[in-house]
Amino acid sequence: MSDSIEFLNGIVLDVLKEIGNIGAGNAATSLAKMLNKKIDMDVPQVKLLEFKDVPSLIGGEENLIIGIYFNLEGDLTGSFMFLLDKESALGLLNMIMPMEFTEFDEMCNSALKEIGNILSGAYISSLASLTNLEISISVPFISYDMAGAILSVPAIQFGMVSDNVLIVENNFFEDNKFDSIKGYFLLVPDLDSYDTLLKSLGV
Amino acid sequence: MGEIIKVGMADLKVTKYPNSLTTLGLGSCVGICLYDKKTKNIGMAHIMLPSSKQIRNNQNKYKFADTALVLMIEEMKKKGTIPRNLVAKIAGGAKMFNFNSMSESMNVGQRNSEAVRELLKLLKIKLIADDCGGNFGRTIVFDSENGGLQIKTIGHGIETI
Repeated sequence: MSDSIEFLNGIVLDVLKEIGNIGAGNAATSLAKMLNKKIDMDVPQVKLLEFKDVPSLIGGEENLIIGIYFNLEGDLTGSFMFLLDKESALGLLNMIMPMEFTEFDEMCNSALKEIGNILSGAYISSLASLTNLEISISVPFISYDMAGAILSVPAIQFGMVSDNVLIVENNFFEDNKFDSIKGYFLLVPDLDSYDTLLKSLGV
Repeated sequence: MGEIIKVGMADLKVTKYPNSLTTLGLGSCVGICLYDKKTKNIGMAHIMLPSSKQIRNNQNKYKFADTALVLMIEEMKKKGTIPRNLVAKIAGGAKMFNFNSMSESMNVGQRNSEAVRELLKLLKIKLIADDCGGNFGRTIVFDSENGGLQIKTIGHGIETI
């Protein structure tokens, strides 16, 4: 039994990276289906970072971001987050609805929650089928605020276990367009769930 | 104008006039600010959890309200502060997501701010300003000149407490 993921060795990290890769791929496929458009993506960047370095990846602690939060339920408990910066969130909304959005209102929030739900659901279902575990996600919760403040939520939950987090950076492109949608997935299992996860992967 | 020193997450810094201390994007964490008007020493801690007890991963003493506060007072003593001259201001402890469940871990912001208030009472440090709660993030800047704590938010204005 490992006390924290600081003990993660190379193989385990590779396995987690591969899960991130497959999960992000499935998320891109669902996005394409939903939009009925061709969606490309770069190879996702999977990183194991210290929580304090996460905000700088997303433009600094005071940068405005959208955070969509889910509780993980079932065999694996913990939380899962999908993060977008403001430009990417507006880009995503404009892809989906044929109007120009410049600010966020209630409708934008519910649209983003739904997109977050579909993308995260796709990610988690690929994790579930790879591990043979029953995992589901709660309803989405959204917040639009400073990156540091939003990230404090998973950082605190995780702070009881470790200071590192698995983060998947994903760039989506609509076919023939240069503007990419940059999104981040954060997988934050509870301490006990780490063992469950690693055991199910046979490592 | 002195230097503005940044305090990260699970971190603490102590300095004196004319420097100031800042922490960016406080969410459910709490920023504990101590001011000694005699020496103009100031200290700021950015704590993440209420207590270091009953947690296995507790090597980082700056992460917890109980251990960080004691260390901060020790650091300030080294700079000539007499603890009874200290006053405190706190900010943060927000609930960033509107979870309907009231489970313990979901309301860690409130638990953090309550723990800090209790600790200050225990250490007999007067809490003179308190801006905790809500559902928004805060950037705070602590001035050694007069002990003013400036709080910046998104959509909830700027104020000095």
